[in-house]
Amino acid sequence: MIEDRNVDVAVIGAGAAGLAAAAECADHGLETVVIDREELPGGILRQCIHNGFGLRYFHEELTGPEYADRVVERAAASGVKFQMNTTVSDVRREENGDFTLLLLSEQSGVTRVHARAVVLAMGCRERNRGNLAIPGGRPAGVFTAGCAQKLLNTEGMLPGKCAVIVGSGDIGLIMARRLRWSGVEVKAVVEIMPYASGLTRNVVQCLNDFNIPLYLEHSVVSINGRERVQSVDVAPLHDGIPILEQKFTINCDTVLFSVGLIPENELAARLGVELNPATGGALVDADYQTSVPGVFSGGNVLHVHDLVDFVSEEAARAGRAVIRYLEGATAAERNPVRAGANLKYVVPGYYARGRDTVFAFRPLGVWASAMLEAELDGRVIWKRRCSHVRPAEMLLAELSGQLLNAPGTLEFRLRPEQDEAAVEEA
Amino acid sequence: MIYDVAIIGAGVSGASTAWQLSHFDCRTILLERWADVGFGVSKANSGIVHGGFHHPVSTLKAKLEIRGNLMFEKLQYELGFPFQRNGILVVAFSEEQMATVRKLYQQGIANGVRNLEMCGRDRLLELEPKLNPEVVGGFFAPNGGTIEPYRYVFSLVEGAMRNGVELQCNFEVTQGKWNAEESFWRLTAADGREISARRVVNAAGLFADQISHVCGAEEYRIHPRKGEEYLLDRNSSARPRRVIFPVPSRDSKGVLVIPTAEGTTMIGPTADPAEDKLDTTTSADNMHRIVALVRQMVNGISTRDIITSFAGLRPVLESEDFYIARSEKAPHFIQVAGIQSPGLTASPAIGEYVKDLLKEDGMTLTEKNHVVQELPVRHEIRHETPETLDTLHKDDPRWTHVVCRCENISEAEIIEAVRKGHTTLDGVKFYTRGGMGRCQGGFCSAKIMKIISRESGIPMEKLTKKGGNSRLLGGVLGSAEVEPMPEK
Ligand SMILES: Cc1cc2nc3c(=O)[nH]c(=O)nc-3n(C[C@H](O)[C@H](O)[C@H](O)COP(=O)(O)OP(=O)(O)OC[C@H]3O[C@@H](n4cnc5c(N)ncnc54)[C@H](O)[C@@H]3O)c2cc1C
Ligand SMILES: Cc1cc2nc3c(=O)[nH]c(=O)nc-3n(C[C@H](O)[C@H](O)[C@H](O)COP(=O)(O)OP(=O)(O)OC[C@H]3O[C@@H](n4cnc5c(N)ncnc54)[C@H](O)[C@@H]3O)c2cc1C
Repeated sequence: MIEDRNVDVAVIGAGAAGLAAAAECADHGLETVVIDREELPGGILRQCIHNGFGLRYFHEELTGPEYADRVVERAAASGVKFQMNTTVSDVRREENGDFTLLLLSEQSGVTRVHARAVVLAMGCRERNRGNLAIPGGRPAGVFTAGCAQKLLNTEGMLPGKCAVIVGSGDIGLIMARRLRWSGVEVKAVVEIMPYASGLTRNVVQCLNDFNIPLYLEHSVVSINGRERVQSVDVAPLHDGIPILEQKFTINCDTVLFSVGLIPENELAARLGVELNPATGGALVDADYQTSVPGVFSGGNVLHVHDLVDFVSEEAARAGRAVIRYLEGATAAERNPVRAGANLKYVVPGYYARGRDTVFAFRPLGVWASAMLEAELDGRVIWKRRCSHVRPAEMLLAELSGQLLNAPGTLEFRLRPEQDEAAVEEA
Repeated sequence: MIYDVAIIGAGVSGASTAWQLSHFDCRTILLERWADVGFGVSKANSGIVHGGFHHPVSTLKAKLEIRGNLMFEKLQYELGFPFQRNGILVVAFSEEQMATVRKLYQQGIANGVRNLEMCGRDRLLELEPKLNPEVVGGFFAPNGGTIEPYRYVFSLVEGAMRNGVELQCNFEVTQGKWNAEESFWRLTAADGREISARRVVNAAGLFADQISHVCGAEEYRIHPRKGEEYLLDRNSSARPRRVIFPVPSRDSKGVLVIPTAEGTTMIGPTADPAEDKLDTTTSADNMHRIVALVRQMVNGISTRDIITSFAGLRPVLESEDFYIARSEKAPHFIQVAGIQSPGLTASPAIGEYVKDLLKEDGMTLTEKNHVVQELPVRHEIRHETPETLDTLHKDDPRWTHVVCRCENISEAEIIEAVRKGHTTLDGVKFYTRGGMGRCQGGFCSAKIMKIISRESGIPMEKLTKKGGNSRLLGGVLGSAEVEPMPEK
C-alpha cells in the first residue's frame, strides 16, 4: 500500500532556498514539508567547507555547513517537517489545483504527498565536459569541480595528484586552493573569457596566494590520455577561436571543470512550467509564482546566485507569497520586465503595479562603473550607479511600489561609464 | 582442462557466438582483453538495426544483415535488452539525391526486404514531423530500428553464462600455439595465463589481424575507420521518431539522426581512416561538421543539447566485406574478421553462421537437454509503476533509493550490476545507465563508486573507470605530497 499524506506546502529541495521558503510558511502556521534526496538538509552548502557565507544575512562570516546549520535550525524551530533521503520522482497538478508528489526513499519506499502549493528549490547541476564538447580522449581523471569537492570534503578522497582546472567559476577557484591544501598540485586555471568568472576575492585568496597561474582568454582544446589523463592542450583564443599554432601542453593527471551551473528544472518541466531561456529557470512574477498557479520557485533553480544570502532572502519572499496565495489573494499582475542593454537577464520577469519588488540581474561585461537604469514606458523611473561590475556578481535593484505605478513594460539596462582598463591605467 | 571452443573477443560477434554455442553440449570459454565485455567496437557505434538495403546481397555482410535483422524480436524476448523497430527514413533534398534513393530502394527490393515504401514530401513529413520541410522525397524502411548495443552484449553474455559458458576478462591473447600431437590450441595471455581449446574463434574485432598472425593463420590487415558520435539531452526537441539517413556516400552511410532505444538522441557518425586502433578521440571540427550536416535534415538540433561524445573504430578489410570462414592455414581456427557496419545488425546471424562453420569443421554439436532460454526480468525503476516500486521496496528497500537522478537509477540496480561482475565505473554505467544522463555523473559518480567499493571489496582508491590504469582517484586525503609531475 502506498501511503498518502496531505500538507499545505511541499518544498522540493532542502538547500538554503527551500529552507527559507519553508520557514516562512511554517511560521505562519501552514503545514510544510521539505523533501530532499540527501541525508542532511543544507544542499550544496554542506560540501562548501570554506568561509565566506552569511556576511549579509547573519552579519558574520560562516562556513557553508555553519550557514546550513543556522538555517536548518530556524526552519525546524518554525515547525517545518523534513523528509530527507527522499527523491521527488514526479509531481503533477490535479484537476482541483492541488498537487501530488511521488516520493521514493529507502526508508519509506513509495509515498505520495498531496499539497496545496509547491515550492521548487532544487538548486543546480554543474555543466560538464560533455556540455562543452571538449575534444580528445575519454580517460579517467575528468571531474566536475563540485564532484571533486564532494569526493574530497565528504569522502576524504583525492581526485588525483596534479590538476588543471577548466573555468574560473567560484567552485573551481575554491577547489584550486582546497587541492593545494590537500597536497595536490594545481598547474593552471584556464578561462575562456578575458576575466575570471568567479568572485574577485576568490581569485585573490585561492589563486594569487598560491601562485597558481590563471590563463585568461585560453581554452583547453584537447584532453589527452587513454586510461588516465596525461595532459591537456591549451591554446590562446582570438575572438573566441583557438589559435592552434600557439597551443601548448600541460602535463597533469586530473582535469576539473568549473564552467557554470544549470538550474535543475526536470520537475518544473513535468509540471509544464514555462522557463526563461536566459536563466534556465522558471519565468516568475513578482510573487515568484511560475506560469503554473500554485507553483513557486526560488534560489539557484530560479537563477544561479553567487551569494547564499541572496538565495535565502529571495526564497523567503517566495515563501511569503505562498502564504498570500493560500489565503486566496489574487495572482500578481503580469506586466513584462525586460533585460535591456548589457544585462543577461532579469528576475522576476513581471512586475505588479504598486508592489515593492527586488529585481536581480547578471551583467554581460566588466566595467569599473556603470549606471543601472529602470525605464517604464519610455520614462527613466529609477537609477543607481554600480561600481566594479562583473558577470560573476549579481546585481540587485529594490524598487518601491510607488515607482511602479503604471502598466506597461519595465526595462532595465546598464550604461557603462568607466572601463576597467581605464581605471588600471590611471 | 581443454575447452571445446575458445572465442577470442567479447563484442557482438563473440558474444552472439557464445550464446549460440551455449545451447549445445560444448565447453566454451569467452576471452576478452578489456575489463568488461562489449568494451571494443560494440559499445561505440550508432546502435542501428539496419534495413538490409545498403549493400548488394552478393556480399556476405548484406546476407547476414538481412538475416540478423529478422532475429531481434526473438532475442529481445529471450534476453530483454532495449530494442525498438521504429523504422528508417532515407531522405533526399534534391532531385540528384533522389536518383540514389531510387537505387537504394531497388537494391532493397532485390535483397528481398519487405514493406519498403517510396515516399513523397508529404508522406515523409507525416512519418516524421521533425524533418526539415524542404525534404524532396525518400523512402521508408519499417524494418529498421535501434538497440542499446552494450546492453545487447551484456544480455548475450549473461545468457551464455547461465548456460555454462565461461568468461575471462582482462585476458589479452598474445600467443596461440597449435599442439598437433594432442590436437588442441594453447592460448596465452599478456599476463601469462593460459587456456587450452580444441577450436578457436577469432572474433577480436580491430585486432583480428594480430590474432590471426600470432596463431599462424592468414595474414591480412584490419584498417580502423573512425566514427564520432554526439549524444543529445533527453529533452532535446530534435528527437525524431525514426532513424533518419541522408543519401549515402561511397565510404559510409552518412551522418544520421538516431532516436536511441533509451530515449536520447544521437547524431553521427563520421567515417575517416584512423592510424591507431585505440584512438577514440573526438575533435571539434568533426562536431561542427556533424551538427551542420544533421541540421539540414532535422529541425531543432543545438550544440547546447550535447551531453557527451564518443568515437568508435570500424574494423575494415580491404575487401570491405566480412571475412567469416574456416582458416585455410591454421587448423580448427575460425576467422570472424572485418566486421564493420552492419556488424551489429548481422551479429545474431554471425553467431549462427559461426556455429555452422564449427559443424563443418567436424565438431559434433548436441543440443543440451536443458537450456535457459530466457533471462529473468530485470527491474529498472525508471520503467516501473509506483505500485511495482512499492512491491520491490518490500523485497529490498534499496530499490527506492535513487542514486542517479538524471536517469533515475536505484541503488539496487547498481548492486545488481556489481554482483554480476561489472566492477568498473564504465561497466556499471553501461549496465545500468547510472551516470549516463545529462549531468554525466557529476552528482552520482561518488555515490556509485562507494557502492562498487562496498559490494566488490575493492578499495575506493583502486577503483577504475574501465580497467587497466584508468584509476579514478588519486588516493586517500593526507597521502599526497606535492611532487611535480615529470615533464615529458
Ligand atoms: C561550490 C559552491 C561554492 C559557493 N560558495 C559560496 C560562498 O563562498 N559564499 C556564498 O555566499 N555563496 C556561495 N555559493 C552560492 C550558494 O551557496 C548557493 O547558491 C546556495 O547555497 C544555493 O541554495 P539552493 O537552495 O538554491 O540550492 P541547493 O543548495 O543546491 O539545494 C537544492 C537541494 O535540492 C535537492 N533536490 C533537487 N532535486 C530534488 C528532488 N527531485 N528530490 C529531492 N531533493 C531534490 C538537492 O539534493 C539539494 O539538496 C556557492 C555555491 C557553490 C555551488
Ligand atoms: C561509429 C560506428 C557506428 C556503427 N554503427 C553501426 C550500426 O548502427 N549498426 C550496425 O549494425 N553496425 C554498426 N557499426 C558496426 C558494429 O559496431 C561492429 O560491426 C561490431 O560492433 C563489431 O563487433 P565485433 O564483436 O566483431 O568487434 P568488437 O566489438 O570490437 O569485439 C572484439 C573484442 O575482441 C577483443 N579483443 C581484441 N583483441 C583481443 C585479444 N588479443 N585478446 C582478447 N580479446 C581481444 C576486443 O577487446 C573486443 O572486445 C558501427 C561501427 C562504428 C565504429
